[in-house]
Amino acid sequence: MSWLKYTLKRLLMLIPVIICVTFILYVILSFAPGNVAWQILGEDATQEQIAQLEAEMGLDQPLLVRYGKYMLGVCRLDFGTSWFGGEDIAKLFLGRLPFTLLVAVLSILFAVALGCPLGIGSAIKQYSLMDYGVSFVAMLLTSMPAFWLGTMCQILFCLTLKWLPVSGVGTWKHYVLPSVILGANTLASMIRMSRTSLLDVIRQDYIRTARAKGASEWKVIMHHAMRNSLIPIVTQIGITFAGVIAGAVVTENIFAIPGVGVLLINAVKARDVPIVMGTVIFVTIIVGMINLVVDIVCALIDPRIDFAS
Amino acid sequence: MFVRKSKKSLSEYSTGELVMFRFRKNKLAMFGVVLLSIIVITILLAPLISSYDAVVEMNMADRFQSPNAKYLFGTDEFGRDLFARILYGGRISMFASLAVIGIAFVIGAIMGGAAGYLGGRVDTILMRAVDVLMAVPSVLLAMAIITALGNGVWKLIIALAVSQVARFARTVRASVLTLRNVEYVEAARCFGASSLKIILKHILPNGIGPIIVSATITLGQTILSISSMGYLGLGVASPTPEWGTIISENKMNIGTYPYLGLIPGICICLAVMAVNFIGDGLRDAFDPKTKN
Repeated sequence: MSWLKYTLKRLLMLIPVIICVTFILYVILSFAPGNVAWQILGEDATQEQIAQLEAEMGLDQPLLVRYGKYMLGVCRLDFGTSWFGGEDIAKLFLGRLPFTLLVAVLSILFAVALGCPLGIGSAIKQYSLMDYGVSFVAMLLTSMPAFWLGTMCQILFCLTLKWLPVSGVGTWKHYVLPSVILGANTLASMIRMSRTSLLDVIRQDYIRTARAKGASEWKVIMHHAMRNSLIPIVTQIGITFAGVIAGAVVTENIFAIPGVGVLLINAVKARDVPIVMGTVIFVTIIVGMINLVVDIVCALIDPRIDFAS
Repeated sequence: MFVRKSKKSLSEYSTGELVMFRFRKNKLAMFGVVLLSIIVITILLAPLISSYDAVVEMNMADRFQSPNAKYLFGTDEFGRDLFARILYGGRISMFASLAVIGIAFVIGAIMGGAAGYLGGRVDTILMRAVDVLMAVPSVLLAMAIITALGNGVWKLIIALAVSQVARFARTVRASVLTLRNVEYVEAARCFGASSLKIILKHILPNGIGPIIVSATITLGQTILSISSMGYLGLGVASPTPEWGTIISENKMNIGTYPYLGLIPGICICLAVMAVNFIGDGLRDAFDPKTKN
């Protein structure tokens, strides 16, 4: 029961944060220069037409009134409509979300599946040639800009070798390269984190006890060390999720995946404020939820973590 | 432990000396220092090496020249000298990254310092504000600010700086909190030192370690962010050179002329890697316990 209470408490705590975030965003985005109505209507709009559209959109009202109306709409899950396309923001976002989530989840799976074994391997064989090699690769991956790695891989694997499709979505082949590129940074942090975490645990007293009892090396690592080194790794997965969603903006642009990232970039370039606003709020909520899930999973893995505190 | 031939015993070295000693012994960190020095000195001396005219001057006769003696890094589709563009682009990339860290550090230090030192209601309010800022992924926050401000080097710097303030505020606050009640700070307070003097003279020098480490690591990420924004068309706009923008404007020709993509990319990698090596070295030097 305690975890249910904890979850509810955390969800309630998320509400004021979201309200503050929306307020800050609303104030920031209200500074967007240029006359919106004029931009929508085109250059030859008359003064009356502009005034009329502004009144329709409520742009002539004070900031706080507009914010209040916006928040009333948000409570009814109405995030407004795009300034230039007229589409419903919530529908637009939810239509794009599956692509982004798919690539994000695939990239994290790739990073965890490859990064944890590599990190654990280099921790067990610390200071070996493999350890140095893996650490170097991790260093290289953190230093490489994702857009560059993506562009170069696209040219090599899609245009020159023709192994994979260049861009777009459709078959599973379309998702291979985007997931790997998006996961590259996470892979590096997974390698580092699982290596550090296991090295930390291996020096604990209970590992020495397990060895003293005569447990096999395999059992010591898999049974005693692994489980305890998992907590920082799970936390790291949660932390990287926010980074992965942000990184998706770049990856989706390179590979022309119709996800949230492309939606956001196009909205930022066109200064379509409602889309930018809605997208950032949605992503913030998703990231907040994921952090909550991560905390719960950590408490389930580690009995030392108490829900009450 | 280390052995030195000098007559000083270990306890006679100051903390700063020990940190510098450990840092100098770290080969990767020293490699980072050398690499970064080479990059910084080269881009600072850019006007001596190549004139700015070569950066923007189009020369259709010399399009797509592979790297050669005249054009060290080759030329792009307009016949512009890639070496000059990367040289001057580096000035923008590195200057903008340093400016972002500088601004974020100053605002973050004031916020975190005030929260940690004054405590109470100030702390609660400032830290709730930090929580709110941290709830939004920093790239998205930066993009929202760019939507409001528009494109340009300074606007990009402000957007990225604001999105990093929360992180610095947290680090500084943690440092101040651990030092607020130590004996030498209490002693200084008994002597009647002002709060400002205590913060600047006693707390800051002793708590600067984690802050410098955090700033260095963030610097590497900021170089990447600035070039990514340039690539996405949200940062520095062509024809002004910037490392990310250079890759973006040559995107269509990299397949045929790979050097157009490889060279600027490697430059970004080297700069970020040098900063990261220094950051890791500083982290291990300030806190040897975390070193694995």
